[in-house]
Amino acid sequence: MSNGAGTLRVQRISWSRRAIDNLVTTSALGASILVIVPLVAIFGYLLMKGIGSINWAFITQTPKPVGEPGGGMGNAIVGSAIILGLASLVGIPLGIGSGIYLAEFGRNKFGNLVRFTCDVLNGVPSIVVGIAVYGLVVITQKHFSALAGGVALGIMMIPTIARSTEEMLLMVPRTIREAAWGLGVPQWRTTLAVTLKTASAGVITGTMLAFARAAGETAPLLFTAFGNQFWNLNVNQPTAALPLQVFVYAISPFDEWHRQAWAGALVLIILIVVAVTAVRVVTSRGMYRAS
Amino acid sequence: MPEAPRATVISQSSKRVVPARSAFASRFADGGFRLVIGLSAVSVLAIVVLIGWQLIAHSDLSLKQFGLKFFFSSNWDPVAGDFGALPFVFGTLVSSILALVIAVPLSVAAAVFITEMCPGWLRTPLSFLMELLAAIPSVIYGLWAIFILAPLLRKFVEPFLGKYFGWTGLFTGPAYGIGMLAAGIILAIMIVPIVSSITREVMTAVPQQQREAVLALGATRWEMIRTGVLRNARTGIIGGVILGLGRALGETMAVTMVIGNRPEIAKSLFAPGYTMASVIANEFSEATDNLYLSAIIEIGLALFIVTLIVNIIAQALVWASTRGMPARAQA
Repeated sequence: MSNGAGTLRVQRISWSRRAIDNLVTTSALGASILVIVPLVAIFGYLLMKGIGSINWAFITQTPKPVGEPGGGMGNAIVGSAIILGLASLVGIPLGIGSGIYLAEFGRNKFGNLVRFTCDVLNGVPSIVVGIAVYGLVVITQKHFSALAGGVALGIMMIPTIARSTEEMLLMVPRTIREAAWGLGVPQWRTTLAVTLKTASAGVITGTMLAFARAAGETAPLLFTAFGNQFWNLNVNQPTAALPLQVFVYAISPFDEWHRQAWAGALVLIILIVVAVTAVRVVTSRGMYRAS
Repeated sequence: MPEAPRATVISQSSKRVVPARSAFASRFADGGFRLVIGLSAVSVLAIVVLIGWQLIAHSDLSLKQFGLKFFFSSNWDPVAGDFGALPFVFGTLVSSILALVIAVPLSVAAAVFITEMCPGWLRTPLSFLMELLAAIPSVIYGLWAIFILAPLLRKFVEPFLGKYFGWTGLFTGPAYGIGMLAAGIILAIMIVPIVSSITREVMTAVPQQQREAVLALGATRWEMIRTGVLRNARTGIIGGVILGLGRALGETMAVTMVIGNRPEIAKSLFAPGYTMASVIANEFSEATDNLYLSAIIEIGLALFIVTLIVNIIAQALVWASTRGMPARAQA
């Protein structure tokens, strides 16, 4: 920020005040750089260490026992997809529904309560959600399953989706709603076909962010989806997931597994970035730019 | 035509006029719509209640057996069936406080730079990079910390700290790399984006005239930021810091991977520790008998209650300083 053109300077600022000002500016700049350094370092190392181990076998095969070279995380990638699909079934409708409620009917005490609870739920540690789902689903089913993992991740998605949906819907001008009502369109159709549609780009972006966050979650899967060494397409069976596999390999004592962990982490981050970017690009075309 | 009372509970009285044509059908549909939407809003409340209920129900055994002394005993012996959570509480607190000590100055300084100092063209890319930092999965932070950060600490940072600051007692003992310090640093890196984004937000909410007025009195830029911006935004900044604390308390994977997972209470930050979240992550699926499992779930319950309180305080502060416009859910 430049503070004016500095034309009419009546009194010179003393050197000590100027020095402090410069010092603060420099340290703020330094802090910003320092904050970005880990980001660059993490992406750099991911690329450096992961890229060498990514090959066709890695994305199509199941893990090999210790000592045997090769093998991959194909089952974990598919497992993650299944779990995330289930999570979306739980999280997206409930999230968007709550978001619509907050934006369209939520200007009251109950709305504030829901809003507050959303923000609080957002801060509940993911491992705690994992325990709760263990109690609800795993104990009921008597075994670990992709379903349980999906429910856990779905719950984690709800607050983010709800709050961003609310925010996007509130950006739609009230006049657009009124125009629809004026035409005699019932409220449910106005909300779904006019308001939500107008805000869809923003809503989808928020949903994708929640999805991306869920995709990287590991803690709630430890005792819900549990992991699996083999292919599994049954939602009622323990299922491997990419972040889980990365975790298991990273804390193992074997170099070969460490290499695979880096590769898995790279695949994970690429999938997340690609998913988010793709949706961004697709939805930003020809629609109301909500964000 | 006047509106009859709606069938659903969650209606807010609206003064809209429903057209006479197909009024019944559309009111029916509207009622159904409101019901469905209302139910999904209720589900959010239900989920939080359900989580609490599950945690209480399944930690019942340990709650009864140990009572409050659970959190003051440091004996964790699954074989003898004696459980005390003190080392985990200690580890969680120390690692989180360490993270705050490192992260808060950095995040506030970075937020000050982004909102007040940097040229306009740099603002968006910088904020974007910060958001990106928040999008990295925790397990990847952990992976990076194990293989890059920990060796770095072991070879350079810890010997240095031990040599020059060993007298404080905080930096003594063998430099493993893995330990409380590594956990604190990785947590700090992880909470910087959230603290910083909320700080940015509350700083942006300070009216521009405030800045102009202070500048017009002859203040330098820093004096303007200090008296005109930071002072006004302090409630919100504290809210952001507490929100960051909530994150740090509950963070699991990255911490589990670098803290060393040994239930001991040591003064030195080089020593390994254990946190509440990581004991759950490590021992939950190997807990065979009911009391063991129940003790672990009780730790989860404690974590839930603490983060609930921390988040409620934080949200109240952030809400207060952004005047009801709640902070954007960061992601």
